[in-house]
Amino acid sequence: MNVAVSRWRNPSALPGFGLSLGFTLFYLSVIVLIPIAALIIRPWSAGFSGFWHVLSDHRVLAALRLSFGGAAIAALINAITGPIIAWVLVRYSFPGKRILDALIDLPFALPTAVAGIALSTLYSTNGWLGEPLSHLGIRVAYNPLGVVLALTFIGLPFVVRTIQPVLTDLSREPEEAAATLGASRFQTLTRVVLPSLMPALLTGATLAFARAVGEYGSVIFIAGNIPAVSEIAPLLIIIKLEQYDYAGASAIGVLMLGASFVLIFALNLLQNWIGERR
Amino acid sequence: MKRRYPTQDHPLLRLLLTVIAVSVIGLFLLLPLATVFSQALSKGVVAALEALKEPDARSAIWLTLLVAAIAVPLNAVFGVAASWAIAKFDFRGKQFLTTLIDLPFSISPVVSGLIYVLIFGLQGWFGESLRDANIKIIFALPGIVLATVFVTFPFVARELIPLMVDQGRDEEEAATSLGASGWQTFLRVTLPNIKWGLLYGVLLCNARAMGEFGAVSVVSGHIRGLTNTMPLHVEVLYNDYQYVGAFAIASVLALLAIVTLVLKSLLEWHFADEIAATHRH
Repeated sequence: MNVAVSRWRNPSALPGFGLSLGFTLFYLSVIVLIPIAALIIRPWSAGFSGFWHVLSDHRVLAALRLSFGGAAIAALINAITGPIIAWVLVRYSFPGKRILDALIDLPFALPTAVAGIALSTLYSTNGWLGEPLSHLGIRVAYNPLGVVLALTFIGLPFVVRTIQPVLTDLSREPEEAAATLGASRFQTLTRVVLPSLMPALLTGATLAFARAVGEYGSVIFIAGNIPAVSEIAPLLIIIKLEQYDYAGASAIGVLMLGASFVLIFALNLLQNWIGERR
Repeated sequence: MKRRYPTQDHPLLRLLLTVIAVSVIGLFLLLPLATVFSQALSKGVVAALEALKEPDARSAIWLTLLVAAIAVPLNAVFGVAASWAIAKFDFRGKQFLTTLIDLPFSISPVVSGLIYVLIFGLQGWFGESLRDANIKIIFALPGIVLATVFVTFPFVARELIPLMVDQGRDEEEAATSLGASGWQTFLRVTLPNIKWGLLYGVLLCNARAMGEFGAVSVVSGHIRGLTNTMPLHVEVLYNDYQYVGAFAIASVLALLAIVTLVLKSLLEWHFADEIAATHRH
């Protein structure tokens, strides 16, 4: 018995292995694994063609395009502003910096429905920001632009928070060397600092993208939810559920779950890459 | 003119980047927060407070507290058990187990609700037998609790696993070799070492549990005064054009978020080494 056990685990002097791992696996299975399996096997009752029929619908395709496209644009915006904010918070000092730093986590902490109605009110045509923007001819609310805005809001902390620790630990010696060798500050920043931030930047942007693809609460209020125009994929799942179209809802759900798995895999590859660089 | 140190940015660049950062944070993060409070108070403090006293609002607040009171302790116990197994023992598949624990973070909230509808909903696996037995899970408290447990599943575990791996096993091994029982070792040696990390995880777990919207929205059925949590009640009121009421409840949730951020920052400033996961989310 002991020999068989030690093949997959090393002996330990501490008690509680069976209890803690047993409970962990039980709880993980009941809450996460079995329900996910229930989703994965659901949409195939009409075979692959039934699955494909749901996804190739015009309205579904438009929603998927908006969720994935909007998330990509939002991640790109955050990949530009995120490093700037991280740089300012790590390298500069000014009054109120700590408060700004704490505020970065607001999209994590603020319930998405609250963010949703706040953004919607702020950017509606009589809102604080929506009114001046509408004079410029820019309509944010009830538009795909509003979707991108909400997804950018929700993704910002991911990029800033992944870059910040890397920047804090970054040695300044390469920068000094570059400067000594005659590089301008701009060259140093783009050719020395930025490349060393790249893995963290990619990780952060991927995390932001992953979060934005499935985001629901902060989006639906500002989106206006016009079919095939500003309707996101998660909302379509809810609409199909309300029509008792379980097969349709789970087909979209399985696709989104597949996207989550691909993104987890990509993040693991990124982590290994970062590990190898060290 | 004083010469700049070579790794310092030009003052103009410095100013430009600072202005960009401050305006993004101000316009993008602070302004929405200010909107919540200003809308809630647009008809005065009394109107906002009255809105919170509505029976439906009170039942939503009560339900939110109840759901968090069940979901957070469950995930805290799970987090401690999982990190004990992963940090204190060597076994195969550990990395994979850690990835599985993080899984709910990568899944859309709506999908997180959907999976339980597929099991317990009327057309789900157990739908008919549950109906015959007169047990309601979907559109009732158990479904809301399950969906909340799912979306907050990794919070405590992912704070504790790296922390406990970092702390190693020496102290626990010393305690057991001196004759302490497993529980004594855990309560007197491990728990004091991880208490701030545990609190940090519980704090984040609680914030998400009370604020969850998408997953709960799928399983709740939006029954006023019965299965509406605070975020769902915000949606109902907002769609009813009852803006003062919607933003009054939203303000309570926003206050919760602010308190969470303040406590989180305090924990990070004072116990950085004992949390060890300050930059993870």
